[in-house]
Amino acid sequence: MEDRALPDTETPTAYSIPMAVLAELTHRCPLQCPYCSNPVEMEQASRELSTAEWQRVMGELAALGVLQIHFSGGEPLVRKDLVDLVAHADGVGLYTNLITSAVMLTEARVAALAEAGLAHVQISVQGATAAVADRVGGFRDGHAKKVQAAEWVRAAGLALTLNAVMHRQNLHQLPEIVDMAVAMGAQRLEVAHVQYYGWALKNRAALMPSVAQLDEATRVVEQAQARLSGVLAIDYVIPDYYAVRPKTCMGGWGRQFFNISPSGKVLPCHAAETITGLRFDSVREAPLAEIWHRSEALNRYRGTAWMKEPCRSCAHAEEDFGGCRCQAFALAGDAAATDPACALSPLHAQVFALADTEAATGGDRFLYRNFSGGVPEA
Amino acid sequence: MSRAVLIPDSRVSLARHARLRFDGLRGRWMLLVPEKVMTPDDICVEILQLCDGQASIASIAATLEAKYVAPPGVIAREVLDLLQDLSDRGFLTDRQVA
Repeated sequence: MEDRALPDTETPTAYSIPMAVLAELTHRCPLQCPYCSNPVEMEQASRELSTAEWQRVMGELAALGVLQIHFSGGEPLVRKDLVDLVAHADGVGLYTNLITSAVMLTEARVAALAEAGLAHVQISVQGATAAVADRVGGFRDGHAKKVQAAEWVRAAGLALTLNAVMHRQNLHQLPEIVDMAVAMGAQRLEVAHVQYYGWALKNRAALMPSVAQLDEATRVVEQAQARLSGVLAIDYVIPDYYAVRPKTCMGGWGRQFFNISPSGKVLPCHAAETITGLRFDSVREAPLAEIWHRSEALNRYRGTAWMKEPCRSCAHAEEDFGGCRCQAFALAGDAAATDPACALSPLHAQVFALADTEAATGGDRFLYRNFSGGVPEA
Repeated sequence: MSRAVLIPDSRVSLARHARLRFDGLRGRWMLLVPEKVMTPDDICVEILQLCDGQASIASIAATLEAKYVAPPGVIAREVLDLLQDLSDRGFLTDRQVA
């Protein structure tokens, strides 16, 4: 029934009308999470798109056929014009989602965002207790602020997703995180194992879970999914170093989704700038529709024509598009290689062993993110 | 918090965060939900358009029974199953429960 009535979005060829955009309004953030998905070289506030530039871009997004805009960062609440941006997005017909750490939310701001038409809020949590969460986020009293903010979000009648990024140093709290999501009245919980790009790649040895931890987490998630059916929807992202098949990263490079960086660069994903030698166009230089269709960087790995073996002749080529280009570049040194997360990659066994070793012998000290290359944990 | 179990007398409507829209560019209806876009089929769209928070699920089924031919009870069951599924995903507001 559910699949017949509500199939997920269909999958046409090389690329299509984009479905959603991740709008990274800023790289500024009060938290310093060691697995932050922002690039290690972050963009300064002075280069951020202005309110008027974002408003123009939102009109172009709607005209291009984009349906959803995810306001993200950094911390989007750092932007003083966030309520205006949400109202503008809603006005041009975009479904608006706020992805936030929530530590800067106030009751008044929640009310203003709801009034502006915000459809959904996703709050990140770093653990189930202040001791663990505040250490991971590198922000004192952050956890308590999140708990309070979640209450305001629900009281304002806004739907809430909790996003829990999981790794070796907080996985033991997963059952409590599930309970916390229910207690907060969240509709959804994303249990997302760290993906190793940017800051997370720098911190990989401190974050990588063991296979035993992963198996336990999977068991906890599956039990919770069964127990909480109809109460809390749980999405699960596994750490792909331990996977057999690679993830269908972004649903395929430049295919249905893209990011806009704080300064206006159009990226196929938040990690794409880690691939050296690609030039990304900016919404400051060209109309969005032109970038979507003609960007050299977006076109580079669209579809399957760029593939080498074993991807080229693989039966799964159009299912997973060879996995993640950024991970292929990071681990195989070639963005056109098979993602080493795939068992068919010649590097797969080596990557698995690397993860296994780091989980067992890696130190626990974090390198926190900041604007100057990171700060080691005291 | 517990699971909302829908009954024929439930009066449901789409939640604030589940938005049904006709997409002119793609020429089809889209159901926009948190971090996902769904493509409901024609009958699902018709059912959702009848979910105004006033009409009971039984009366929605009756409306469709007057329009489509099916063995007795089939339409009523399918409407309830579809709406229960959407409710379980958190996309509906039920007057009886809320």
